[in-house]
Amino acid sequence: MTIKRRELLAGTAAAGVLLGSPTILRAQNAPIRIGEINSYSTQAAFLGPYRNGWNLALDEANASGGIDGRRLETLFRDDAGKPEDAVRHAGELVAAEKVDLLAGGYLSNIGLAIAGYAKQNKKLYVASEPLTDAIVWSQGNRYTFRLRPSTYMQAAMLVEEAAKLPITRWATIAPNYEYGQSAVKWFKELLAKKKPGVQFVAEQFPALGRIDAGATVQAIAAANPEGIFNVTFGADLANLVRQGNTRGLFERRAVASVLTGEPEYLDPLADEAPEGWIVTGYPWDKVETANHVKFRNAYRAKFNDYPRLGSVVGYDTVNAIVTMLRKGRSTDTEKMVDAMEGLKFQSAFGDVEFRKVDHQATLGAFVGKTKLVNGKGTMVDWRYADGKDYLPSDAEVAAMRPKDS
Amino acid sequence: MSALVVQFLNGLASASALFLVACGLSIIFGVSRIVNFAHGSFYMLGAYLAWTLTRGLGWVGYGPLGFWGGILIAALIVGLIGVLIELVLLRRIYQAPELFQLLATFGVVLVVQDLAMAIWGAQDLLGPRAPGLRGAFDVMGQRFPEYEMLLILIGPIVLGLLWLLFNRTRWGTLVRAATADREMVAALGVDQRKLFTSVFFVGTFLAALGGGLQLPREPVQLHMDMAIIADAFVVVVVGGMGSVGGAYLAALLIAQLQAFMLLVPDFEIAGLTISIARMTLIPSFLVMAVVLILRPYGLLGKAPSHARTQASVEPVVRATPPILAKLGFASVAAMILLPLIADEYGLMVATEILIFVLMAASLHFMMGPGGMASFGHAAYFGLGAYGAALAAKHFNAPMEAGLVAGPVLAALGGILFGWFCVRLSGVYLAMLTLAFAQIVWSIAFQWVAVTGGDNGVLGVWPSIGKTGFFYLSLAFAVIGVLLLRRAIYSPFGYALRGARDSALRADAIGIDVKRVQWAAFAIAASFAGSAGALFAYFKGSVFPTYAAIPKSVDALMMVLLGGVQTISGPLVGAIVYMGLHEQLVRVTELWRLVLGIAIIALVLAFPQGIAGFAAKRFAKEDGA
Repeated sequence: MTIKRRELLAGTAAAGVLLGSPTILRAQNAPIRIGEINSYSTQAAFLGPYRNGWNLALDEANASGGIDGRRLETLFRDDAGKPEDAVRHAGELVAAEKVDLLAGGYLSNIGLAIAGYAKQNKKLYVASEPLTDAIVWSQGNRYTFRLRPSTYMQAAMLVEEAAKLPITRWATIAPNYEYGQSAVKWFKELLAKKKPGVQFVAEQFPALGRIDAGATVQAIAAANPEGIFNVTFGADLANLVRQGNTRGLFERRAVASVLTGEPEYLDPLADEAPEGWIVTGYPWDKVETANHVKFRNAYRAKFNDYPRLGSVVGYDTVNAIVTMLRKGRSTDTEKMVDAMEGLKFQSAFGDVEFRKVDHQATLGAFVGKTKLVNGKGTMVDWRYADGKDYLPSDAEVAAMRPKDS
Repeated sequence: MSALVVQFLNGLASASALFLVACGLSIIFGVSRIVNFAHGSFYMLGAYLAWTLTRGLGWVGYGPLGFWGGILIAALIVGLIGVLIELVLLRRIYQAPELFQLLATFGVVLVVQDLAMAIWGAQDLLGPRAPGLRGAFDVMGQRFPEYEMLLILIGPIVLGLLWLLFNRTRWGTLVRAATADREMVAALGVDQRKLFTSVFFVGTFLAALGGGLQLPREPVQLHMDMAIIADAFVVVVVGGMGSVGGAYLAALLIAQLQAFMLLVPDFEIAGLTISIARMTLIPSFLVMAVVLILRPYGLLGKAPSHARTQASVEPVVRATPPILAKLGFASVAAMILLPLIADEYGLMVATEILIFVLMAASLHFMMGPGGMASFGHAAYFGLGAYGAALAAKHFNAPMEAGLVAGPVLAALGGILFGWFCVRLSGVYLAMLTLAFAQIVWSIAFQWVAVTGGDNGVLGVWPSIGKTGFFYLSLAFAVIGVLLLRRAIYSPFGYALRGARDSALRADAIGIDVKRVQWAAFAIAASFAGSAGALFAYFKGSVFPTYAAIPKSVDALMMVLLGGVQTISGPLVGAIVYMGLHEQLVRVTELWRLVLGIAIIALVLAFPQGIAGFAAKRFAKEDGA
């Protein structure tokens, strides 16, 4: 491992205070390194703000003395949306850069690939973004933890609201990959449990990023549902909303939509943002809790921009890691894993815990309705849905996780 | 009934959008024979520039003039960018081997991706709606957007204008003549260079126009280039390369199929639920496969005149110069000693490069001596990986068995697909391989019960350590490359090269051309399969991306970069391409920009490929 000159200088400065032999000093003051892998070149809209949030928390941690005097530093790598590249970076970061732990991952399959690497090589991996349930359940392992509320949790939050509506005929639209398929599966299953008698009259699974919106809207309209459950996001969502608005698909119909309230997806829709959709999301300008106000002010001061949900995810991933390191006081992988299990930390949204039973964080999401205000979409009638209330029982979770995890 | 009518109109609108992009590509290919990978980039640039001109600047307000004027001016600007690229880049490499220009345009794709991100940012940009066309018509009680109706008209209008341009102007006559017989047109004293440049302008202009006209339909974003390029190629090939009318027909066929399949309800066969409506990505490639099998030159395409193209016989592959053989031995020896000096990371990089050396060598075998370019070599890499992973997952097979199962599955795929592919030649053959690769990818992606879908097959780790695995990969690469080399110098290899250089003469001396090519296809597939199987154990997991287009492109880039007509080419290409990629990603965020520029520079410096360049130097020194 090499020491950069700046670090050496910092170390020398500390030496005056610490009176120790140089070798011991180095071991104590060498920075703790996090290897962060994400799809920066292919998912830039989400990951730019994510990285800002990450850096904000990193700077805060280092300004407040780091971890027992050790600085925290990050090596970022771009996987270009390919799981095999992510695994290569993981190997490079661990073998060549000697990082102490891995983090990141946006796409579900990349999260799973890194989790597989973490398990095989016994390295801690804090998955920040990937939403797949498999990463903590069917493919869960001892070394992998996930921060964001999963597909299951997002679906459960919307089911709670959807069940209150006086309608029974639903249609679903979701991108045709694991995330879309799971979201639809859970929505159907949980809604049917909560409200027996609901019918699902149509489902459309357009290819991710390639929706033929006009034809899809028409196919949904032909089934004449009373409610629509939408999982599309990004460009697909914009296409769907435009075609749907012009063709009147959403008139007199309820819509429950995953992630649509997040500024990443709501803001590009500008004055065409849908009204009255029940969504999960993040009303960044309206959450006035102490933690969030502090985070928002610091973020705006540093980047002269408002935070997106990605910013919160990046910020909280680092917060969780810092809290874990300060609690466990070790960079030994097994000790870090032990410290992560049941770890409680302060997120921008309040208290969050990494559950011991499945390594899922209880970070929640905001559930509310979309509304157009001054030509921009925003969320109204929202509430914070704490993640811990939207997870299956411990027994059910334990049954889903592999025995050796 | 009304639902069916409206769905038909939806199909018409999508067909127009698809046609606008594809016709430009078709015209460019027809004349210059360039497989222009950057066409999608021009489409994306057209959309971004139109966004800026119609909305970002708001220069004539948001009125109709600002909107339509913005789209037109954006298309003109992109057309000029196309001219610039033709002048400084493509013009220099028209004489290079077939498909080499593909490499150059791929470099352009990478550069444009990073530039677009730097200029317009990462967030999706929702363009303005067309002024005066925000509403909808009533079609049999259903609403149909006015702008879609306009699009339905624009497609045939552009088709008509192009017909007039090609049939009623002198320029059009020359273009048609050049499409039919380039050399003859040149011999008659027509300045080809001007013709090529102007055709490139028209082609890129149309691509950008297609992009701009998407503004009211979809947000402008950084994935537009890759999303459209495969579809555009399919339309061009199905229609017949160089045939604008064919392109419209193909766009219509594919768009209608995609629109109506959404209405097909799920059904069950033998307990397996089949959902036609979900398979939206398959029909275009299925249509292409069927059309190419039935009509090898597309719906309205004509067989290219072979008379003079056959004169260009590829250089004879000579015995390895002694110095090169020594170099080969030395590098193998160095690799054997590598674990003594390299750290874990170094070994990892070396292992990955070795696997890709095998992959590139297998593609080179069919491209170089076989004369069959493949745009879908990832199919066999992916089949190899899945063969190994599925054997491990479903049958608990040990690694040794997995390393056999992979190549076997890949070879079976090669035998099946190869049978169809060898009936074609040139770009049509390459496009059919792409179609089969996409079908393999779709199966991996959508047959979730068996393949795990996009979440992949996890936990496929080798039973040996990292150094052991490095030696295993080294053994596979060295033995694989030597076997392929042996095949090239064997009577089979001579027959294969004979078939490549002149199918007619080879046939006359009793070589069963199709059979020889079919065998070469299957051999190449099985070696790609062993690379895939190794890769599965190396990464510990298998995903549909292993069989996806970017993997095929990677393999193609390695072979082209190294040089198609030299045996060491793919080895050099794999090392340079993977090495560049690997190191650039570590050091810079703008790795695509730098990699793109590096590829363009290499293309300009070594139009015969790197090893091809070295071989020429050898030949000169020998006085040959």
